[in-house]
Amino acid sequence: MSGKPYRLAQGGRLIDRSKKVSFTFDGQSMTGFAGDTVASAVLANGQRVFGRSFKYHRPRGVVGLGSEEMNALVGIGEGPRHEPNLRAPQVELHDGLIAQSQNRWPSLNFDIGALNSKLSRFIPGGFYYKTFMWPQAFWKHVYEPMIRRAAGLGKAPAGSDPDTYEHMHAHCDVLVIGAGIAGLAAAEAAQAAGARVIICDETPRFGGVADLSAGTIDGAPQLDWVHTRAKLLAEAGNVHVMTRTTAVGHWHHNHLMLFERVSDHDPEGLARGTPRHRLWKVRAKHVILATGALERPIAFANNDRPGIMLATAARGLVERHGVAPGMKGVVFTNNDDAYLTALSLKRAGVAVAGIIDVRQGTDSAAARDARNAGIEIIPGHAIAGVESGYGGLSLSGVKIAPWRKGQGRVVNESRLACDFIAMSGGFNPVVNLWCHNGGKLTFDSGLQSYRPGKHHDRIQAVGAANGTMDLAAALAEGYAAGEAAVKDGEPKAGRSKAESAPQRPLEPIWFSPATGKYNEGNKHFIDFQNDVTAADLELAQREGYESVEHTKRYTTFGMATDQGKTSNLNGLGVLAEATGKTIPEIGITTFRPPYTPFSFGSIAGSLTKNLFLPVRRTPIFRWHKAQNAVFEPVGQWRRAYTYPRAGEDKHQSINREILAVRNKVGLLDASTLGKIEIKGPDAAEFLDRVYTNMFSTLKVGRCRYGLMMNELGFLIDDGVTVRLGDDHFLMHTTSGGADRIAAWLEEWLQTEWTQYKVFVTPVTEQWAQFAIAGPKAREVLSKLGPDFDISAEGFAHMAMKQGKLGSHPVRIYRISFSGELSYEVATPANLGRGLWDAILSAGAEFGIEAYGTEALHVLRAEKGYIVIGDETDGTVTPGDVGLDGLVSKKKADFIGKRSLEQSFLRSAGRKQLVGLLTEDPKDVLPDGAYAVRAVKDKPPMEMIGQVTSTYYSPTLDHSIAMALIENGRSRMGETLSFPLDDKVVKAKITDPVFYDKEGSRQNV
Amino acid sequence: MLIVHCPVCGAEGDETDFHYGGEAHIRRPATQDPTTVSDAAQRDYLFMRRNPKGLHFERWRCDRGCGKWFHAVRDTVTMDFKATYGITELPPRELMEAASGEWAAFFKDKLDAAKPSRKGKSS
Repeated sequence: MSGKPYRLAQGGRLIDRSKKVSFTFDGQSMTGFAGDTVASAVLANGQRVFGRSFKYHRPRGVVGLGSEEMNALVGIGEGPRHEPNLRAPQVELHDGLIAQSQNRWPSLNFDIGALNSKLSRFIPGGFYYKTFMWPQAFWKHVYEPMIRRAAGLGKAPAGSDPDTYEHMHAHCDVLVIGAGIAGLAAAEAAQAAGARVIICDETPRFGGVADLSAGTIDGAPQLDWVHTRAKLLAEAGNVHVMTRTTAVGHWHHNHLMLFERVSDHDPEGLARGTPRHRLWKVRAKHVILATGALERPIAFANNDRPGIMLATAARGLVERHGVAPGMKGVVFTNNDDAYLTALSLKRAGVAVAGIIDVRQGTDSAAARDARNAGIEIIPGHAIAGVESGYGGLSLSGVKIAPWRKGQGRVVNESRLACDFIAMSGGFNPVVNLWCHNGGKLTFDSGLQSYRPGKHHDRIQAVGAANGTMDLAAALAEGYAAGEAAVKDGEPKAGRSKAESAPQRPLEPIWFSPATGKYNEGNKHFIDFQNDVTAADLELAQREGYESVEHTKRYTTFGMATDQGKTSNLNGLGVLAEATGKTIPEIGITTFRPPYTPFSFGSIAGSLTKNLFLPVRRTPIFRWHKAQNAVFEPVGQWRRAYTYPRAGEDKHQSINREILAVRNKVGLLDASTLGKIEIKGPDAAEFLDRVYTNMFSTLKVGRCRYGLMMNELGFLIDDGVTVRLGDDHFLMHTTSGGADRIAAWLEEWLQTEWTQYKVFVTPVTEQWAQFAIAGPKAREVLSKLGPDFDISAEGFAHMAMKQGKLGSHPVRIYRISFSGELSYEVATPANLGRGLWDAILSAGAEFGIEAYGTEALHVLRAEKGYIVIGDETDGTVTPGDVGLDGLVSKKKADFIGKRSLEQSFLRSAGRKQLVGLLTEDPKDVLPDGAYAVRAVKDKPPMEMIGQVTSTYYSPTLDHSIAMALIENGRSRMGETLSFPLDDKVVKAKITDPVFYDKEGSRQNV
Repeated sequence: MLIVHCPVCGAEGDETDFHYGGEAHIRRPATQDPTTVSDAAQRDYLFMRRNPKGLHFERWRCDRGCGKWFHAVRDTVTMDFKATYGITELPPRELMEAASGEWAAFFKDKLDAAKPSRKGKSS
């Protein structure tokens, strides 16, 4: 046994004893063989405890064969490459692998949290809802941090993930999920009929449990048949074969997500840049579910001790990895399949103390084989309890008692010495994917489990997933499904035939009683991962949680990352017995995606960092960058926020830019402004419908500010629209609203006013557009050499001109968002940078300075101009912001007109836009600060409005703000209180126009 | 995730390539004359939507294809699209006959008068 007591001298189909592999488990160096899993290698090293449980911190070991593993969750890798909560029997061993046990502190063998187990009578099912309720303040500072530390599973990785991930998209005629016997048969039949087939399996190899099951195909071992089929499919041109690939979810119209672990097992590939995981989005015309079945544990006292595992898992360890689960075991079963485990153990030289079968009698082929092998069978008995060593870390024997269904406590029991138990409570078809998209289930009394019923998608279950446990029938079902999935598929001759011995029916056992009452040191675990016991479920019933969905949420049974794979049916069985109902009467809880957890990296794929979101840049972006501009995101745009000079902080540079506009002249890159051309004979009438104010009366060559509402009467956009010709307008929208408003206009044209002849064309990116604003703006323009009249009379406020500035072709609008004399100059985008540079040179002698978006905002706030999204929040009408004058009384109809008349929009007490001047001119209110009717010692206080924009105005040398305040316009001069964390700020209500109320500065 | 078929340009794609536009065949009362629309009628137009088990008449936009709005009939139980048809068109006759609630009322006079829609394409 070469110093590894649990590694058998021979056997282990998958391991290569010539290739030693080194790895660490909790820092301890261990060795295994190529072909091992973390579960088999760690067990071979004599380490049984893999982690501590979620709630009681009980020691736990390996239970399952594969993805159903609920106990042995390990963290793999270190630092940024650490991945928590991986199922040890699924993790393939490789050289240098680092595994960590989870949920234990300070160590696996001594865990402080295990005290919870001693306190368990005080933490029954639903205890979260019963305790920690008082005193209230304790929840946030004491209870919650304590629970979060004690509970939970793995830890999140530290740092940014260095690996790459991919998204893939695929279409196929037939997707076969699961490459066991039935799945392979289905794939073979579908590919032979010419279908495009994808077949995937979550394990690294094909065959499912063909190597662990009884029966032959075409008179030869099942594995021979598997190998020829695997070869045939791999060579076929119309089949895509995927291993290490889990189908994690099924959604409408046969949309499936496949999670492929490409290089978790291959660190060298990973180092070469192979993606770590791929997430496949597959559209399949037909889905064939060949996901097999999972073995059920049995609820006996302390059935969670390390060394107690499923019979298939024990068989897998011996047959696949040459690892003994222990020195001497018992098999505890209610069906024939587990007898194969006893035979495997015996063949491998592991002592079997006996097969404890709850069924009476021993008249079956399985029993004959066992007897012939010299294994004792103890019929009509069940395990009543286990004997374990200090802290439950080891197992020394089982107590068995005669089994009578529904009996209370056990009185006469005997003892068998053993150090492991292989248990089997029957098999549940894996119906998770069947249920993800609304498939119905039907209860099968032979299996004592649910199997697929009806489904509205083109999906079919075959083999064990369909409840067909007989080998020959499963094979035939696979072939038939593969043929049926292809349109003209017909049964073909020459199909393989399988043979296996008939099995005795199982006898359900949902609960095996112990000596004494439930909570006297005995726990019958149903949901191992969430630490839910049979007693918890019965308690929930007694407390009135009659619906199984309520019981699930109250006790958290079936809610862990394993989604109830092994616990669901056992829980239903316990509930059925507790209520005297049948399992179908109890119902079943919903299985939800994912089947097994998959990585965040695979969800993100390559869409991270620079690829996360496209960034839009204006033609002037490089200049901004060269000036060391601070950027801010506006929609997908990056706009220059301010341009700090050497030695300036952001506040200083913003104030300098504002004063430059007020006193000299400033230049703003406004290219991001949304621009939409509206053209056609009905353009004017259409604009009358979508704006609150009139546009059909606008003269060619003039601009008008417009307000846009939705049908609810709430503001959604604003901007200046220019009439370029009789049937041709240019609409400006907010920078962030350009796409949304273009789509909005299209929707109304296409769906409501279909008679209008109008084209809507977004042209935002076609133009570079700059604002030249300030008292010297006209002088700068003059210097640029316009070929049109720019005098105050010849180019009035709200007029538009087309022409040339020197050699630069421009459209130029005399509009202002700063309150200063201002020209917005537009030129084709590819000429933008040239014009920008020309304006800067022409303006140099006037002290022109570029200003950013923050200066723009302060300038507009000084003038009381609203910004959609600051002063409006989707519930604000034109009247609320004092723009009633822009709502036409003449037009028969426009979007939102009727809603403005609704009583709740006309009622008193609405919030109205006002200005605020703080008592202390240096005190800048925070954005969103609430005004209260009366200040109290602590909340709640009645709130009467909130700050919508707030800045320090260097022009006025005073803090200014705008706010929406209940009946604000009738409260001018009132002082309001704004309670903040550390103080109360007082501010006086004023008109929202703080500067140049007459508007004389822009009309020069 | 649904697969949607655009009857205008023929594109077929995931629902994320399209934009869902809610219940179809809702008449906007204000287009004729807002002053004649009662508060109740306006409320119903703005907020009251149907959620039937079975046929649902709805609007979609071919977002990443032709950009056109169109109509679709979807079975809310099976998620099958029974038909998609143009935004100014009516569904196939048998679907109009199978419609419930306000849709049935909307289609009733159309069924009496009109011939079955020619362009309504079953998918």
